[in-house]
Amino acid sequence: MTKVFLSILITAILTENFLLSKFLGVCPFLGVSKKLSTASGMSLAVIFVMLLATAVTYPINTLLVKNDMAYLQTIVFILVIAALVQLVEIVLKKYIPSLYSALGIYLPLITTNCAVLGVVILNVDNGYNFAQSMVNSLGAGLGFMLAMVIFAGVRERLESCDIPKFMQGLPITLVAASLTSISFLGFTGIVDGIFG
Amino acid sequence: MADKKPLSKEFTKGLIAENPVLRLVLGTCPTLAVSTSVSGALGMGLAASIVLICSNIVISALRKIIPGKVRIPAYIVIIASFVTIVQMVVKAYAPAIDESLGVYLPLIVVNCIILGRAEAFAGKNGVIASAVDGLGMGVGFTGALLAMALIREFIGTGAISGTQIFPAEYAMIIFILPPGGFFVFGMLMAVANKLAESKGKPKAELHGCESCPMAASCSLINTGSCEESVKEATVR
Repeated sequence: MTKVFLSILITAILTENFLLSKFLGVCPFLGVSKKLSTASGMSLAVIFVMLLATAVTYPINTLLVKNDMAYLQTIVFILVIAALVQLVEIVLKKYIPSLYSALGIYLPLITTNCAVLGVVILNVDNGYNFAQSMVNSLGAGLGFMLAMVIFAGVRERLESCDIPKFMQGLPITLVAASLTSISFLGFTGIVDGIFG
Repeated sequence: MADKKPLSKEFTKGLIAENPVLRLVLGTCPTLAVSTSVSGALGMGLAASIVLICSNIVISALRKIIPGKVRIPAYIVIIASFVTIVQMVVKAYAPAIDESLGVYLPLIVVNCIILGRAEAFAGKNGVIASAVDGLGMGVGFTGALLAMALIREFIGTGAISGTQIFPAEYAMIIFILPPGGFFVFGMLMAVANKLAESKGKPKAELHGCESCPMAASCSLINTGSCEESVKEATVR
C-alpha cells in the first residue's frame, strides 16, 4: 500500500514533473520565478489549492459518474475551482490574515492555472481513488515547488550575465528552463528502478 | 477598439503582428506540450481554433446581456461548453488525436488565448468582427504550433508528419523530449524579437495586468501589475 503511494508521489515529483515534463503551469513558472521568495510563496499557494481542489472535486466527480453525467466534468471542475479559489481568498482575508498575507497575493493568479485543473483531470483519467488522488496532487504540488525554487535560483544567476541582445528576456529564460528540464530527465526510470 | 476597422485587418493581425504565441506570449502550455509531432500540433491548433471562433461568436452575441460583474464566470461556462463539444467530437471521430492530445484537450478551457480574446475583443465588438478575430488568432496559434512541431519532429525523429526524411538513428531525440520544447520555443521567440525589432516594434514580454484575462476578477489590478504587487508583498 505504501509502495503504491510512494511510487505515485515520486513519479509526480521527479519523473513526470508538472512544470518541466508536462508543461502545466508554465505561465506562473516564467512570470513569478524571478525571486526565490516569490517562487516559494507561489508554490505553497499552488500546493494548497491543488489539495483543496482535489478534495472537493473528487466527491463531485463520483456524483457525476453515478448520474451518467461524466461529460460535464470539464465545465463543473473549472467552475468549482474558480469559485473555490475566490472563496478561500475571502475566508483567509477575514479569518487568517497571517496566512492571507503569505499566500493570498498569489491566489488570483491560480484560478485559471492549468496545473490545478490538470491535476484534477489527471486524477480522474488515471482512475485514482481518493487517497491516491490526494497523494498525486501533493506530489504534483511539491514537484511544482521543486522546479520553481531551482529555476528561481538559476534566474537569479542569469540577472548578472552578459546575454546577447535578442536572447534577453524571455528567450534566455526559456533556454534556461530547457537546461533545468534536462536535469529532471535524469530521473527517468527511477520509479521502476526502486519499485519495479 | 470599437471603431470600425476593415475585417481583413482583424484577421491578419492575429497572424504576425499580434501572434498569440510568439508576440503576446499566451497559451505557452499547449504550445510546448503538443508540438512534438505535426499531427498533434494540427489537431490541437484546429481544436483550439474551433473553440476560439465559436466562443468569440457566442460571447459577442451575448455581450449586451451578460452583466459586467459576472462576465468572467459566464465566459468560462461558454468556453467550457464548446471545449466539451469539441472533446466529444474528437473522441468519436478521431480517437487517435484524442490519444495524442490527452489531458491537453480539456485543458483548452484554461488556454489564456481564448479567455484573453473573449475579454479583450469579443466582449466589446460585433459578432462578425469577433468571428474574424477568432479565426485570425486561431490560424496564428496553429501556425506557431506547426512551426514548433516541424522543427521538433524533423530534428527529433528525422521525419516530417510521419514521412522519414533522414534515418531516425541520426536524429537528436532530445528535441521531442520536454527540454527540446523549451529550447525551440526560446529560439523562435528570439527570432520573433529580432524580426520585431527590425520593424521597430517592442519585443515580446510577459504582459502586465491590462492584457491578463483575470484582470477583471483579480484583486491585484489596482496595484499595477502582479509582479509589482508580489514585490511589495515580499518587502512587507
